[in-house]
Amino acid sequence: MRPFEYHAPQDAISAVAMAGEPAPSHVTSLTQFVGGGTTLFDLMKLDVMHPARLVDITRLGDKGLQQVRRDDRGLHIGALATMAALSDDGAIAKDYPVLRDTLWQAASAQIRNMARLGGNVLQRTRCPYFRDTSYRQCNKRDPGSGCAALDGFNRMHAVLGTSTSCIASYPGDFAQALIALDAHVELLGADGPRVIRFADLHRLPEDAPQIETSLRPGELITGFLIPGGTWPRSTYVKVRDRASYAFANASAAVALKLDGGRIEDVRIGLGGVATVPWRAARAEALLKGAELTEGAAAEAAEAEFAGAAAREHNRYKIPLGKATLVRALLQAQAMEL
Amino acid sequence: MMAEATPPVPEPGENMGKPLPRYEARAKVTGEPLYADDLQLPNPAIALFVTSGIARGRILQIDTAAADALPGVLKIYTHLNAPRREVTKHYTEGGYVSDSAVPLGGPDIVNDGQIVAVVVAEDFATARDAAHRIAIRYEERSPSATFGSAGAATIQPDALAAKSKKAGDFAGAYAAAPVKIDAEYSTPTMHHNPIELFSTAAAWNGERLTVHEPSQFVWQLKNGVASALGIDPENVEVRDPFVGGAFGSKGMMTQRSPLIAAIARDLRRPIRNVVLRDQGFTLATYRAETRHRLQLGATRDGKLTALSHEGWEVTSRQDDYSVAGIEATTEMYACPNIASKVSLVKADRNTPGFMRSPPETPYMYALEAAMDEMAAALAMDPVEFRRINDTKVSPVTGAPYTSRSLMECYDRAAATFGWNRRKAEPMATREGDWLIGYGCATACYPTSMMAATARAILTPSGRVEIQIAAHDVGTGAYTAMQQIAARELGVDPRMVSVRMGDTAYPPGPVAGGSMTTASAGSAVKLVCDKLKQRLGGALPSGRELEQAFDRLGTRRIEEYAEWTPPGQGKEAVQALYKGQMGGGGGAEGGKPKPLMYAFGAEFAEVRIHRLTREIRVPRLTGAFAGGHIVNPRTARSQYLGGMIWGLGQALLEQTELDELRGRYINDNLAEYLVAVNADVPEVDIIMVPEVDSQVNPLGVKGIGELANVGTAAAIANAVYNATGKRIRDLPVTMDKLLDVPA
Ligand SMILES: Cc1cc2nc3c(=O)[nH]c(=O)nc-3n(C[C@H](O)[C@H](O)[C@H](O)COP(=O)(O)OP(=O)(O)OC[C@H]3O[C@@H](n4cnc5c(N)ncnc54)[C@H](O)[C@@H]3O)c2cc1C
Ligand code: SF4
Repeated sequence: MRPFEYHAPQDAISAVAMAGEPAPSHVTSLTQFVGGGTTLFDLMKLDVMHPARLVDITRLGDKGLQQVRRDDRGLHIGALATMAALSDDGAIAKDYPVLRDTLWQAASAQIRNMARLGGNVLQRTRCPYFRDTSYRQCNKRDPGSGCAALDGFNRMHAVLGTSTSCIASYPGDFAQALIALDAHVELLGADGPRVIRFADLHRLPEDAPQIETSLRPGELITGFLIPGGTWPRSTYVKVRDRASYAFANASAAVALKLDGGRIEDVRIGLGGVATVPWRAARAEALLKGAELTEGAAAEAAEAEFAGAAAREHNRYKIPLGKATLVRALLQAQAMEL
Repeated sequence: MMAEATPPVPEPGENMGKPLPRYEARAKVTGEPLYADDLQLPNPAIALFVTSGIARGRILQIDTAAADALPGVLKIYTHLNAPRREVTKHYTEGGYVSDSAVPLGGPDIVNDGQIVAVVVAEDFATARDAAHRIAIRYEERSPSATFGSAGAATIQPDALAAKSKKAGDFAGAYAAAPVKIDAEYSTPTMHHNPIELFSTAAAWNGERLTVHEPSQFVWQLKNGVASALGIDPENVEVRDPFVGGAFGSKGMMTQRSPLIAAIARDLRRPIRNVVLRDQGFTLATYRAETRHRLQLGATRDGKLTALSHEGWEVTSRQDDYSVAGIEATTEMYACPNIASKVSLVKADRNTPGFMRSPPETPYMYALEAAMDEMAAALAMDPVEFRRINDTKVSPVTGAPYTSRSLMECYDRAAATFGWNRRKAEPMATREGDWLIGYGCATACYPTSMMAATARAILTPSGRVEIQIAAHDVGTGAYTAMQQIAARELGVDPRMVSVRMGDTAYPPGPVAGGSMTTASAGSAVKLVCDKLKQRLGGALPSGRELEQAFDRLGTRRIEEYAEWTPPGQGKEAVQALYKGQMGGGGGAEGGKPKPLMYAFGAEFAEVRIHRLTREIRVPRLTGAFAGGHIVNPRTARSQYLGGMIWGLGQALLEQTELDELRGRYINDNLAEYLVAVNADVPEVDIIMVPEVDSQVNPLGVKGIGELANVGTAAAIANAVYNATGKRIRDLPVTMDKLLDVPA
């Protein structure tokens, strides 16, 4: 780990004032915010990230940053709430089961106690070639150097949203719920606050995998808003080799509104299989208004993965991703409300 | 049930000792014991390894200027200024090291993660910062990573050829067999990953060297360090009272120990080194990947007539390490015609080494998977098929087993498990969206023994101290030694204290080959016998004991004993003092006749989701017979831990290899998957009483490496029962099952 400065401001405006020097992207900014540090410190110890200045945001006193509350606009989730806090909230579990399901199945209890939801959505890929600087090729870490994963061991890599520059999968779980529920992200920068769609937060790798989000350097995530009403018929299926404490090989967040057997509304976020949190728009379009049967679910999954592209070791993710989506749809349908 | 708050204390069965709680249990859960790297040294400097980013090639340039310039950096060693060490041989060749490639020995890179520099600094943070600032330029060459890689040579050294077991006419019998199985299996690379990281701390005091290092064989380390540094072993002291898991990885000395000691000598300062988790994947040994071809022939009524087991194992270019588990698999079942052969594939890898049940884990998996395939081909119950072919003698030599309770284990475990509910037809049992399957397999482990020496010291208070440089790697060896001494002397166990893991004490065996209880325990029994004889055949108590001391005119009675296993002579003790496993015993070679084995039968239930094919194991049942059980509580823990590890081997564990680059990919505990609580809902352990008076005076067989042997096959066999698909390469993961119709 390289030496760094450490600051612990008391309010968000001060925190933002300490950041924001020009940089090619949010992740390569010389100043990095620290929430739980469970992604950032790992990558600093591995010498993948070497910020010169850390701004600890866990002590920011601004109202709402640590809280989860509801009003007539929807559900507000403070960016500094821990994964554990939201996961353990009984009222949320009842009205938005998909939020709880993405959280309790993520990481370990220790990590969930440390990690904040703002940092959570910004967790970085587990691609081994990215995380180990002794590999020369990694476009995400060192733009233009190539991609070792293309011909390397790529069993956990993505099949959707890939490019010839990068096939790293987005590893997190919570983001699938946010993208499915059309969440907004509330930001604070040196120029003041702004709001973006969660779906616009993560960027496809295309030819610049080093730029992971649309955040401006030094911009702080202050919270999330899930607009509109509740989603009691929603769930998350996370499929993995190990029963706990493992990243998803494939996952699906599903929220349904049913009218008898017919689908009135459906929202789907896919994980483990894509380079970014993946909104399954094609599948949704096919399902909306249809009878929810296993056959219809399978057809929708087929359509969503029609454009999937696999490498040597991750071919299984195409059938697995489809099966996971089918299972999640049927599981949400079978929920007793 | 794992879910209970307190693990059940097993009722001791026939021929079992008391289920005493662990000697050091309280100390351990209160954080009291000092592990090797916790032991204090005056003013140590920190050494951190820098390892290679390629698997084959040459260092063209290594630029340490930026690192050297950091305040707090004391010195950076590379191949250009490495401290001198003697070149020593692999331990199988009469030397001590587990990998004969010498770190910092030159510019050549022979495997992934080889030590290319050592940064020594005042503290760890500075050392790590400096390590990141070292720039290395390589000339890269394509490595041969594993089986099938271009340039990987297949060889059969003479020593391996000599291990091939043969009987009758395999080719003829196989050709004539009415029912045949011919199948290939494979097992992946695995790494031990003990929670306690590898570490070495070294300090010189004049000629004398103190080494603190987690080790399964401190006398080997003492002698090995001395030989690599060209000094008298008398001058080397190794201390390591507690080991935080080892599983074979801390068995034989690595090149790290003399390197750190040489740096401490060069800098005239104590040095501490901890190997980072990812570095441990290449700076210690591992279980290499294996391949197998099994050919079985049988009559229609289920009698085996032909058995051939051919194995292939990966090893390094520099050393011919092999496990050759055909020794067990050719002796397991009655069969008149047997052939076997093991070959090595030399690749650009570090040298593999012991990992819990080194030969049996991969080889018995292959045999037991093939046995299940044959039972299915015969339309026979797998338990009955094994009963038909059960034997009390070696089918190869005719030598008898001293005892063999395999079928008793099967019957007990089958009853507890509810095996009679199994439907022979695959895919016949479902519950909701889950396909259910049952499977079983045999576990076995040979009883090996090594010479051992021990000292006992008695004081007038009646307190006894046992000293033996054997090792408790978390298994309960302290407790076993305490219990054996207390029983022999007829005293309360609380009067006995045990000292281990330190070369200040007389040498005990390597904590490997499941030999500690039998070997060290026999030495402890012997020394206690001698103590009793000094006092007229029994230990008096209270006032009488004090009078006995007065009569002898001393305040301290000390005895020392040397024990050698049957068939081994005085040379075995001499070898032990030199830190060698020689003397005709040891984990691998020279197993005395007749055959001595512990056995077990393991049963598994698997559930596989019909859509996504995740595999979950709600239940495991194992029954084991291992001669006299000194302590049923610690024995149960060994069986439990073994089966849980076996579950990991079946479904999770594998070191992923980038074959193009010859490098390990998942070198961390997030992605190297071992079973967690959620994977292990319910494990039933049954201890089948067994008496064996031939194996050794204690009647004890080695059980530490028994239970992890059969599990992978039992689970893979259950997966077949659930899905109708044979997965012949471990681990069995969902991606391999996605094409099964359901
Ligand atoms: C072993 C392991 C297993 C894991 N398994 C899972 C899993 O199964 N599923 C899963 O979803 N996750 C998993 N994780 C990831 C974990 O959930 C994330 O590391 C965690 O949520 C990140 O939150 P944090 O507060 O610790 O972020 P930090 O590490 O503090 O920050 C991460 C990044 O985000 C930036 N940042 C943080 N907060 C803000 C903010 N408010 N505004 C702008 N930028 C910010 C930081 O500068 C940094 O670059 C695992 C992690 C580990 C180490
Ligand atoms: S997949 Fe992306 S992160 Fe991984 S090596 Fe390629 S460029 Fe780097």
